[in-house]
Amino acid sequence: MGSRSSHAAVIPDADSIRRETGFSQASLLRLHHRFRALDRNKKGYLSRMDLQQIGALAVNPLGDRIIESFFPDGSQQVDFPGFVRVLAHFRPVEDEDTETQDPKKPEPLNSRRNKLHYAFQLYDLDGDGKISRHEMLQVLRLMVGVQVTEEQLENIADRTVQEADEDGDGAVSFVEFTKSLEKMDVEQKMSIRILK
Amino acid sequence: MLRAALSLLALSLAGAAEEPTQKPESPGEPPPGLELFRWQWHEVEAPYLVALWILVASLAKIAPRVQAGLLDFLLFGSLISAVDPVAVLAVFEEVHVNETLFIIVFGESLLNDAVTVVLYKVCNSFVEMGSANVQATDYLKGVASLFVVSLGGAAVGLVFAFLLALTTRFTKRVRIIEPLLVFLLAYAAYLTAEMASLSAILAVTMCGLGCKKYVEANISHKSRTTVKYTMKTLASCAETVIFMLLGISAVDSSKWAWDSGLVLGTLIFILFFRALGVVLQTWVLNQFRLVPLDKIDQVVMSYGGLRGAVAFALVILLDRTKVPAKDYFVATTIVVVFFTVIVQGLTIKPLVKWLKVKRSEHHKPTLNQELHEHTFDHILAAVEDVVGHHGYHYWRDRWEQFDKKYLSQLLMRRSAYRIRDQIWDVYYRLNIRDAISFVDQGGHVLSSTGLTLPSMPSRNSVAETSVTNLLRESGSGACLDLQVIDTVRSGRDREDAVMHHLLCGGLYKPRRRYKASCSRHFISEDAQERQDKEVFQQNMKRRLESFKSTKHNICFTKSKPRPRKTGRRKKDGVANAEATNGKPRDLGFQDTAAVILTVESEEEDEESDSSETEKEDDEGIIFVARATSEVLQEGKVSGNLEVCPSPRIIPPSPTCAEKELPWKSGQGDLAVYVSSETTKIVPVDMQTGWNQSISSLESLASPPCNQAPILTCLPPHPRGAEEPQAPLHLPSDPRPSFAFPPSLAKAGRSRSESSADLPQQQELQPLMGHKDHTHLSPGTTTSHWCIQFNRGSRL
Repeated sequence: MGSRSSHAAVIPDADSIRRETGFSQASLLRLHHRFRALDRNKKGYLSRMDLQQIGALAVNPLGDRIIESFFPDGSQQVDFPGFVRVLAHFRPVEDEDTETQDPKKPEPLNSRRNKLHYAFQLYDLDGDGKISRHEMLQVLRLMVGVQVTEEQLENIADRTVQEADEDGDGAVSFVEFTKSLEKMDVEQKMSIRILK
Repeated sequence: MLRAALSLLALSLAGAAEEPTQKPESPGEPPPGLELFRWQWHEVEAPYLVALWILVASLAKIAPRVQAGLLDFLLFGSLISAVDPVAVLAVFEEVHVNETLFIIVFGESLLNDAVTVVLYKVCNSFVEMGSANVQATDYLKGVASLFVVSLGGAAVGLVFAFLLALTTRFTKRVRIIEPLLVFLLAYAAYLTAEMASLSAILAVTMCGLGCKKYVEANISHKSRTTVKYTMKTLASCAETVIFMLLGISAVDSSKWAWDSGLVLGTLIFILFFRALGVVLQTWVLNQFRLVPLDKIDQVVMSYGGLRGAVAFALVILLDRTKVPAKDYFVATTIVVVFFTVIVQGLTIKPLVKWLKVKRSEHHKPTLNQELHEHTFDHILAAVEDVVGHHGYHYWRDRWEQFDKKYLSQLLMRRSAYRIRDQIWDVYYRLNIRDAISFVDQGGHVLSSTGLTLPSMPSRNSVAETSVTNLLRESGSGACLDLQVIDTVRSGRDREDAVMHHLLCGGLYKPRRRYKASCSRHFISEDAQERQDKEVFQQNMKRRLESFKSTKHNICFTKSKPRPRKTGRRKKDGVANAEATNGKPRDLGFQDTAAVILTVESEEEDEESDSSETEKEDDEGIIFVARATSEVLQEGKVSGNLEVCPSPRIIPPSPTCAEKELPWKSGQGDLAVYVSSETTKIVPVDMQTGWNQSISSLESLASPPCNQAPILTCLPPHPRGAEEPQAPLHLPSDPRPSFAFPPSLAKAGRSRSESSADLPQQQELQPLMGHKDHTHLSPGTTTSHWCIQFNRGSRL
C-alpha cells in the first residue's frame, strides 16, 4: 500500500466499476495499484507487451490464452475497467451475492456460470461457441506433460469430447461443458482469495 | 505468581506452536505480523489444556488424596491433551467425512506429536528439577526446543525420504528388495529421530509424505501391494497390542488408583477446552481461508479429538518417584482413553449423519474433470501472477515446476517418469474400466483396432493400474493385454471372435498366473509379458480365423467370476464354474477347451432344481453362443494380423480336440487358476437351472452397455427336449462354416446321458437359425445354447 495516492478519487469511475464487479474498495485499490505497476510507460492502458512482461506467465501453458482474454474483440489495449472486469471472474463467491439476487440485474461476474464461461472462452479459440475436437487437442497438448505420442493424444482428445458431447455433434458446447463439470466445485476452483 | 508465569508460558506456547507447513505464504498483505498461516492443519490445543490443569490443580486441592503440584498437573495435561492418530484414523476411516475435515483432524493428530513430545519432556524435566529450580531461561529453552524437535524431526524424515526415493530408482533388477528398502529406511528414520530425541512420529510422517510420489512410481506393483498390506497388518497388530495392554492395565488394579474428582474433572474439561480451543483457532484460521470452516466442521473437529495409545504410553512411563500421583494419572488416562475411543468413537458416526456433514464423494473419474481441473489450476496461477499476488497457486505451481525439473528427474526412474501424468492416468484407467465392463458383460473378445500402440506404457512401469491387476481386483476373469484394449467404440468393438477358434485356441497352453516355484530373488515378470504377447497372438489368430470362417458367430464370454455367486454353487452348474472362477484368472483368451454354450429357455421362472453338476477340479469357461448378423457379415479384420498357421482350426474330429485336452490335464499343478477345462454336458434337466443362472448372472453382471451393443442372436429354438436327436440347423445364410459334426447336436440335447458319455463332441454347434437379433441386455430372456463339454480326463 504505502504512501502513494491510493484513494478512490484517483480511480476513474470507481463506483460504477465496483457495482459492476462487486469488488470491495480495498481490492479495487490493490488492483489499481497493480495496474499502474504493470503499466510501465504510464500510458493509462495495458498492451499485450506489458502483460507478457510478467515472468511467471511466460512459463504457464495457458499464459498466452489468458493474456488474450484481456483483449476482447481484438483490441490492442486494455484499460483499467477492462482489466478489472476480467479479474472479477475470480472473485470468490459469497453467500450475499446469491441471496440478494435481483432478477433484473445481470448476473454478477463471478457467478458460477460466468466463471465457467471464462474458462470456456479459453478453450474456444475461434469463438464459435463450441470446443471442437481440434481445440481440445490443442489444450491437451499443452496440459499433458509427458511424452505422449500424437496418436494417444488424439485418442484422449476424442475420448474427452465424447464424454462431454451429448448431442453428438463432435464438439462441446457451453451447456455440455457446464454439465460435464457439474460435480466440480467450480466456485472454489476458480476463485482467488485475495480478490475478495 | 507462578501461575501468572505459567499462563504467560501457555500463551507463548500458543504463539509458538505452529507446525511447519508445506505451503508458506509470504505475508505481503495485511493483517501484518502473523505468519505461517494458510495451512490446513489444526493447531494443537495443548496450551488450553495447560490452562485446564491450572484449574484442575486448584480443584484437586479439594481431594486430598491426589498429592500433586502444579508441574505434575502440567505434565499430565501435556500428555492427555494429545489427539491420537491411531484412534482418529480408525474412526474417521469409517465415517468418510469430506476431505478437508479429515485432513484437519488427522493432520493435527500426526503433527501434534512434536508438541506432545516437547511438552512432555519439558514438563518432565521441570518436574525432575523441582519447581523451585525452574528458571526463566528454561522456559525459553522449552519453547526453542519445540522448534528444534519438530523441524528437526521433519528434516530427518525428509532426508530419509530422499534416500529412499533415490535408491528405489535403481532397483529395477532386484525387485524383491523394494519392500525391504521401504520398511527399513522408514524405520531408520524413526530410530534416527529417536536417537536425537527429535520427534520420531514426525520423521516417519515426513518420510512417507516426501517419498510417496517417487517411490510409488519406481517400485513394482507387487512391491507396492506388499508394502501396503504389510504395513496395514503391522499397524493393526501394534494397535491391538497397545489396546490390549490398556485393557489389561485397567483390570490390574495394582497399577492405578482411583480418584473420582480427578477423573470426572478431566473428562469434562477435556471436552470443554478442546471445543474452546477449536473455536478460537478456527476463528483465526478463517481469516486466511478461501472456504471458511463452518460450525459443523468445528463440531466434528472438536468431537473427533480422540485420545489413544500415545497418552497411555506416556503416562506409564512416568517415574513414580518423581511423580507420586502417577497411579491416579494412570487411572484417569485409562478412563479418558476408554471414554473417548468408545463413546466418542461410536457416536461420531451418527453425529456426522445427523449434522449432515459433507461426506467424501467418490465420483468416477472423468477425463473432462481431470483436464479441466488442471486447466483451472493453471488459469488461477496465471491470474495470480497478473494480480501480482503470490498466493497458493503460485507457490504450488512453482513447486511443481521445481519438482518436474529437478526432483523427478533425479528420483524417478526414467521409464516411470515419462508416463507420469494425471490426465494420462485417468485416460488409462477409464480404458481399463471400459475394458473390464466390456468383458464382464459377456462381450466380445476385445480386439484392438489400433494395434499400433507400442508406446503404451509397459505393464512394468505403469503404476497401480496394471491391467491384469485391476482386473484381478475387480474379479474379472479375463486377462487383457494392454495392447488389445481400445477406447470404447461402438462399431469396431463388435468384431467377435469365433468360437471354434477358441476351441482350438483353447488348446493353447493356458498360462498360470503364478509360478509354482519362484526363486528367492526373482519374481520373474517376464512370464507375464510373454503371456501377454501370447494372448495378443491368440487374438490375432482368432481374428484371422474369424475372417476365414464367419459362419459361426459364436462369441464367448469368459465365465464371469462373481464372488457373490458362490452361494449358488450347489444349484447351478454354472456356479460350479463360477466358484472356481471366483479367483481371478488370467486365462487370456487362450484357454478353453471347455466350451459351454448356454442354452436358456424362455421361461425364466423355473426353479433351478438342477441336480448339482459334478464338481470338477478345474474351472470351466462359459461360452455364450450367439449369432450376430453383423459379425457374420463382418469379414474385416484389421491389417496386422499375424498369419499363423492354424492347424488347429476346428479339429474335424472330436478326438483331435480330446487329444489336446489331456495334455492340459497333465499339466501338473495348475495352480490357483488355470484352467479351463471342465466341461460337461449339461443334462437337459439341468438346463433350466443353467439358463436361469446364466441369465441372472448376466443381469447382475452386465451393466447395460450402450456403447458396445452386443448383438446376440437368440435363436428361440425350443429346448432340446423336443428334438433330442435332431441336428442343429445350420444358419440359414450360406456361409462358410465349420463342419461341426451333427452329432454334436445330440450333445446338447441329450438329457439322459450323463456327462461322461459325450465328451466326444467337443465342437461347438453352429448356431441355429437366427430368428431375431436382440441386444443382450440384462435380464432379457434370451436363448443361448449351452453345451458344456467334458474334460478329457473324464473320458
